[in-house]
Amino acid sequence: MGLLTNLRDSISRVTDGLFAADEPKRIGIYGPPNAGKTTLANRIARDWTGDAVGPESHIPHETRRARRKENVEIERNGRKVTIDIVDTPGVTTKVDYKEFLDHDMEKDDAVRRSREATEGVAEAMHWLREDVDGVIYVLDSTTDPFTQVNTMLIGIIESQDLPALILANKTDLEGSDVQQIANAFPQHETIPLSALEGDNMDEVYTKIAEYFG
Amino acid sequence: MPGPKANVDAADDPDDGDDGVRIDMISGARMEGLTGMEKIRLILDGVREGNIVILEEGLSPDEESKLIEVTMTEISPDDFTGIEIETYPKAEAGDQSFLDKLMGRESTQKLTVIGPANRIETLHKDENLISTLVSRK
Repeated sequence: MGLLTNLRDSISRVTDGLFAADEPKRIGIYGPPNAGKTTLANRIARDWTGDAVGPESHIPHETRRARRKENVEIERNGRKVTIDIVDTPGVTTKVDYKEFLDHDMEKDDAVRRSREATEGVAEAMHWLREDVDGVIYVLDSTTDPFTQVNTMLIGIIESQDLPALILANKTDLEGSDVQQIANAFPQHETIPLSALEGDNMDEVYTKIAEYFG
Repeated sequence: MPGPKANVDAADDPDDGDDGVRIDMISGARMEGLTGMEKIRLILDGVREGNIVILEEGLSPDEESKLIEVTMTEISPDDFTGIEIETYPKAEAGDQSFLDKLMGRESTQKLTVIGPANRIETLHKDENLISTLVSRK
């Protein structure tokens, strides 16, 4: 029974992909908190639609709801790719409201923010299992990529057979180490960029068209 | 048939956790018959009591995803701030056969350590060693 169910699911995934070829692909932007996911989502949205997706901040968990920008058309080498960008809250296994108190926040605001953050992370995990067709995984290239959250999320993405593009962000900062990220996930291609400065976005768009087109 | 609670064997020790740190080492055989949600409940019930849970064979990626999701729904201010979880880095996906991938069979055997976020801190982790600092309540 289990074998038949698995086989049926596998065939269903393949046929769904074939028949949905013209639909915009939902591309989830995932990664740990403060990796620059919203900055990237805004950069992509502004470059191709003129609108932003959401506010950016240095305070962790600024994005506490998954936000979608629909029908972003990216043209590369004569090829047009239409995607829906889903900017997701940074994934973590712990949220302590006391961390927000360090950012000049009152306790009530910190508690509310932490509650919203936990709901957002749960929502992001649900999106990953059910509702995205591909993943852009954003990492801060100035920090250690060998974390459990990164290991688990890449494992989850691979288990779903989702196409995944790994971006080493914040190359404009001192201490950026793109090679460390490439070494952490050698089974995937790693593209360096600065979403804030717009550095290397040409290559990012070429890869988006290649991976998700 | 083993029940889903981790602490049945130690239930006659009401003082555990007051002076020391309790560690539940759960064998792969014990987890084998449980559903994904029963495994998550087993882990979170133990961790919320302040215990360190060590899984001999770990969780599947799907179960890890649901563990994060359920953990998030249970976090509450001044009570439970979430979990710390560590496993050895995942073995190369190439270890799985084509048939295993096609049929969705995942190799999940990886020692996994899970504890309350406010009591466990990872000091060092590489492919062969996980070193953690566990504090008392």
